Amino acid sequence: MNLLLNISFSSLARWIDLSLTNLLNNYMLVKAIEMVIAGLSLLVFLVPLCFFLGYMERKVAAFMQIRLGPNRVGPKGSLQIVADTVKLLLKEGLTPNASDKFLFNLAPVIVVIACMLVMAPIAFAKDFQLWDLSIGVLYISSVSSIGVIGILMAGWSSYNKYSLLGAMRSGAQIVSYELSVGLSIISIVVLTGSMRMSDIVLSQENGWWIFKGHIPVLISFIIFIIASTAEINRAPFDLAEAEQELTAGFHTEYSGMKFAMFLLAEYINLFVVSAIAATLFLGGWMPFHIGHWEAFNHVMDFLPSSIWFLGKTFAIIFIIMQFRWTFPRLRVDQLLNLEWKYLLPISMVNVLLVTIMAIMGWHF
Amino acid sequence: MSLLGEDIVTGKGEFVINIGPQHPSTHGVLHLKVWLDGETINKIQPHLGYIHRSIEKMSECLSYRNFIYVTSRMDYLSAHINNQACALAVEKGLQIEATPRGRVIRLLMAELTRLQSHLLWWGCTGLDLGAVTPFFYAFREREAIMDIMDETCGARLTMNYCVPGGVMYDVHPNFQKRVKDIIVQLRSRFDEYDQLLTGNVIFEQRTKGVGYLSPEDAVSYGCTGATARGSGVSCDIRKWFPYDGYENVQFNEILGKTGDCYDRYMVRMAEMKESVNIIEQLINNIPEGDFQAKTKMVLKLAKGEYYQRVETARGELGVYIVSDGAASPYRIKYRSPNFSNLSALEVMAKGAKIGDLVAIMSTIDLVIPDVDR
Amino acid sequence: MFLKEYFGTIYKSVKSLLSGMKLTGYYFTHPQEIQTEEYPDNRATLKMFDRFKGEVVMPHDENNEHRCTGCQACEIACPNGTIKVITKQEVQADGKKKKAIDVFVYHLELCTMCNMCVTSCPSDAIKMAQTFEHSVYDKKQLKKVLNKPGSKIMEGVE
Repeated sequence: MNLLLNISFSSLARWIDLSLTNLLNNYMLVKAIEMVIAGLSLLVFLVPLCFFLGYMERKVAAFMQIRLGPNRVGPKGSLQIVADTVKLLLKEGLTPNASDKFLFNLAPVIVVIACMLVMAPIAFAKDFQLWDLSIGVLYISSVSSIGVIGILMAGWSSYNKYSLLGAMRSGAQIVSYELSVGLSIISIVVLTGSMRMSDIVLSQENGWWIFKGHIPVLISFIIFIIASTAEINRAPFDLAEAEQELTAGFHTEYSGMKFAMFLLAEYINLFVVSAIAATLFLGGWMPFHIGHWEAFNHVMDFLPSSIWFLGKTFAIIFIIMQFRWTFPRLRVDQLLNLEWKYLLPISMVNVLLVTIMAIMGWHF
Repeated sequence: MSLLGEDIVTGKGEFVINIGPQHPSTHGVLHLKVWLDGETINKIQPHLGYIHRSIEKMSECLSYRNFIYVTSRMDYLSAHINNQACALAVEKGLQIEATPRGRVIRLLMAELTRLQSHLLWWGCTGLDLGAVTPFFYAFREREAIMDIMDETCGARLTMNYCVPGGVMYDVHPNFQKRVKDIIVQLRSRFDEYDQLLTGNVIFEQRTKGVGYLSPEDAVSYGCTGATARGSGVSCDIRKWFPYDGYENVQFNEILGKTGDCYDRYMVRMAEMKESVNIIEQLINNIPEGDFQAKTKMVLKLAKGEYYQRVETARGELGVYIVSDGAASPYRIKYRSPNFSNLSALEVMAKGAKIGDLVAIMSTIDLVIPDVDR
Repeated sequence: MFLKEYFGTIYKSVKSLLSGMKLTGYYFTHPQEIQTEEYPDNRATLKMFDRFKGEVVMPHDENNEHRCTGCQACEIACPNGTIKVITKQEVQADGKKKKAIDVFVYHLELCTMCNMCVTSCPSDAIKMAQTFEHSVYDKKQLKKVLNKPGSKIMEGVE
């Protein structure tokens, strides 16, 4: 099993590539077919993932709120989210009469595309990566901010004042929190000396950065979690869809499958952000290794790398979910205060510290 | 309110949105027309009457024994206290007094009602500010109080337990034990509430310095209850015009200092603790005797005017009865606390953000049926 | 001084946030605190309090006899016109005519469970039942006749 999970992906990919090249002898066509295959397998992975995340969120929320959560459809309510999806599929996807119909229908697609693009450089397991590009981290931070265009589009085209307010809030929020996310990513790039995701994972072979990097990396980890929670519009930073203030914010007018796409994007974003945090700070698929303890490291290697990756990712997802079900929402000006007065100055100083640490070689 | 035209976007770059009547944070069918400049509120106009059921007129058609139950539907969260006010007003007209046992039972029930109302308010405040979890924790304790009501009165919310002359039937044998249990339970839970919401830095940021109401404004708008006491205006009817034996119990009137949302919040939190104290003083000292004074089958008030005020969970409720000597009132007027408290909303919310408006509305603790009646 | 204040606020904020998360974490890890009642499944054990006001019923004994004299006190006491008592003149064995109920109509859809009818009844003929599952598809089914067909008034109830 371990072997299968670890080795088969790269060899399978190589085999598909070789056989397609032999068959078609046309470079462009081969690449196009490969992309379609990659996209389809991503979709096949993402839909169950979102179902699971939806179920997990409901159960986590329920248990924190001393209730049982979904427990009627399927064993322990596990099929509840499937039932909800079917309901959303059957609902009419309403387009308001006065809205900008083209942009209105385009917006959910853009949001979903943006968050799916970010999946490309994430290493799900050893040698299990869609696209190991040399600027992986840069790519992630640039592509992930495309999503806000979709949100702005949705808010603007809905012809609804609540939507517009929500979209404007979201714009201000994502533009500012992008900075902290970027700076905390940079601190890892400084330590690793590479933006390639696989290099970052490999650099943590003798210990994850959160342990090796002393307090500065811990600080940038915390800042990354806070800022990325804000970036994906989750409570306590869910101002764009603040239910109690703006009814549903930017997706007030959406229904049916178009609404479901926003929901899908929310959960994919949650996963992506946690996966990135896991990769940068907790070593991605790298098992828990301590320096030169060969025997200990060997024991840790017995768990498949994909389990390590998913375990870390879901641990971070749980923390972000707990944020949502514990804290009140911030106000829009306090949200910007938090970023510009606290997170940004701290992360700037922090990057400086990390750089000094990297130059002097103080980390383990 | 045409869709186009100057109402929507005024010349000053204002932007008009209608919050309600169907909106998650208006707690009912309140309709607020809000003039916005970006996110800042320039002007607010409440539009009332979506749940007007002419309770005053209905009361005039019913006998003095029957009209009491209708008032449960005004401020349904302090239904018992509304009933108590009416029963007291009728007792004034009949020139009788409730039996000592009846009075103490009424008082205990009134404090339990106040507790459950404040607990619901606490949960909703969390909910309005975006924290969903407090709602469920508050409902756990509220449910235990509701069980007490259910066991003794036979209903959970609109129990119709007060009758002129006392209460409808005696307390359940389990009543004292259950109330003692809830006192212990609540005391331990108050710490949890502080841990979850009161001490939370986001919550403090959201409420401190928000929705400032000066004592002068509080008086001139006729605010009562925790809304006025948060601004430091002493207006507790239980202290100023004691009824049903409030003069015999020891409790403090909680006053705020600054008059912002946080003070109103803290006043209500402290009031819950005071209510628990009052209940603790009374629960072992319920006098023996009849729970209900003997009254005639058909009640007829002497010709004249009768006014009775009580302190509900939201403020001062006044019941004004004009009697022409017949079996049903000639005219009834309710001075409901929420109506006056709502009128101060514009003063509080002017210059605040939309998020603050939600915080302000939740700390006024609006119950819309009480506004519209 | 400024820095001390700055980091002081950060420390206090983080502490308050963590204490909140500690509480939710406590409940997450203690499923025995869950308060949910799985309603349709717990029908067997679910018992309402014996004073619970569910609907007005008229108890009949084993001889199909009730205690209602048809005095209409409940009808007067009811604030909503929920109760209609229709009486008839019954010829008794000794030839005397006596007022008795023909039908005792009770509109559950109008009832607010205020208990006023029960307290006004001089002969304890009606009481509150503890049933609460009243939902039906047709409103007409909520109009109930409380006296059973062929029932008589109990001996000795005046």
